[in-house]
Amino acid sequence: MTGVAPDARPRLLRGVRLSEDRVRGGYTLLAPERVLKLKGTAVAVLTLCDGQRSFAQIVDELAQSFAADRALIERESAALLRDLAGKLMVEL
Amino acid sequence: MTAPAQVSAPLAMLAELTHRCPLACPYCSNPLQLDRRSDELDTATWVRVFQEAAALGILQIHLSGGEPAARRDLVELVAGAARAGLYTNLITSGIGLDQARLAALAEAGLDHVQLSVQGIDEPSADAVAGLAGSHRRKRAFAAMTTALGLPLTVNVVLHRGNLAALEALVEEAITLGARRIELAHAQYYGWGLINRDALMPDRASVIAARTTLDRLRAATQGRIVIDYVPPDHFALYPKPCVNGWGQQSLNVTPRGRVLPCHAAETIPGLEFWTVAEHSLDVIWRNSPAFNAYRGEDWMVEPCRSCARKAIDFGGCRCQALALTGDARNTDPVCTLSPHHLRVEALADTPLTNTTLVMRGRSAQGVEALPHDEPLADRMSPACRDRP
Repeated sequence: MTGVAPDARPRLLRGVRLSEDRVRGGYTLLAPERVLKLKGTAVAVLTLCDGQRSFAQIVDELAQSFAADRALIERESAALLRDLAGKLMVEL
Repeated sequence: MTAPAQVSAPLAMLAELTHRCPLACPYCSNPLQLDRRSDELDTATWVRVFQEAAALGILQIHLSGGEPAARRDLVELVAGAARAGLYTNLITSGIGLDQARLAALAEAGLDHVQLSVQGIDEPSADAVAGLAGSHRRKRAFAAMTTALGLPLTVNVVLHRGNLAALEALVEEAITLGARRIELAHAQYYGWGLINRDALMPDRASVIAARTTLDRLRAATQGRIVIDYVPPDHFALYPKPCVNGWGQQSLNVTPRGRVLPCHAAETIPGLEFWTVAEHSLDVIWRNSPAFNAYRGEDWMVEPCRSCARKAIDFGGCRCQALALTGDARNTDPVCTLSPHHLRVEALADTPLTNTTLVMRGRSAQGVEALPHDEPLADRMSPACRDRP
């Protein structure tokens, strides 16, 4: 499956934490036996995945704050969330 | 001794809170000579070590043992680790934690629970665990864990007795509500080495398991994450043991010795420092044991001139010692090692022994062992075979 439904309300599953790495800098996603170093765009997406906002809202907010093409943001965010959902880190 | 230039910050720490355990698994990763309860670090020292770990750059802490629930202060320890900002993983047998205490751990900030499972049915699982009724209790524990909403991993040590049940083990983990299953072949150090003849599968079974694994991964995609630790005796090249000595992880024993890996104490002449004497930061950077095999300067041929040295770091120092007599040698599971024929002979000798020696269950067998046997190892997270 590709893409994420506009009304999906993505959230990090319990046991998965977005965390600032104070020693190395940047942010990491901490999950069972996994440490993923996140790029800035991924941090921006995941920060908004609170289970409240819809995917459409998340894309709108990102497009606005980055002043970027909405279709591009939607495609990249969906790819990230699909990948993390496959790893059982995100629920869509 | 001064630290080499390339000391990076560690990511993970294994805290062996105690060696006490209700189980007696024949591949136990604890050393043959267990730390006594009276030698265990106290609560305040562990909490200080957790704070030092976080300041050093450690992100994840694995609270293990023995059975960590044997520590009466486990809730305080989890709270201390969580306060330090660490991602806390409890590695447990599931024996010794009731609903109230598990709820208190969740409340204290526990992030994840890893439950050991020995088999797919009560008779075989209980026989391996050395405790009647243990499998039934583990199932109840899994139900308590998921009822609290805590994420659950089931981990199974694979050996000749359960390798054919790979599919049923994955189904069992899904039934128990696990989001992840870790299938790790037994490691042949310490207890595992004593029981190698009764535990090691043959080559054909290992190859068949690989095919089954690929099929299971495809079939369960999105339902459960399967991590697999292959048995290195049948591999072409060695595992990147602990992702490089002194590079990513450290291990603190119940009495506070800081080790680069579980079995490091088997290597003669290494000097370990303890958290009672030094801060974790000083130990990580300066202790002779951590600097002994850091980087590449210690390597001998064929590792020294090998392109793979940056990939597998020469494999496992403890296995090199156990099978070649010198910890600097190339891990002999590597097909490039001049000692590799010895491993092939081990891997291809038909094994029929089924008698298991279990800690605390067979005192005679234990006392008969020489004290310089290699200690046990558990695969570090870094060694896992990722999909």
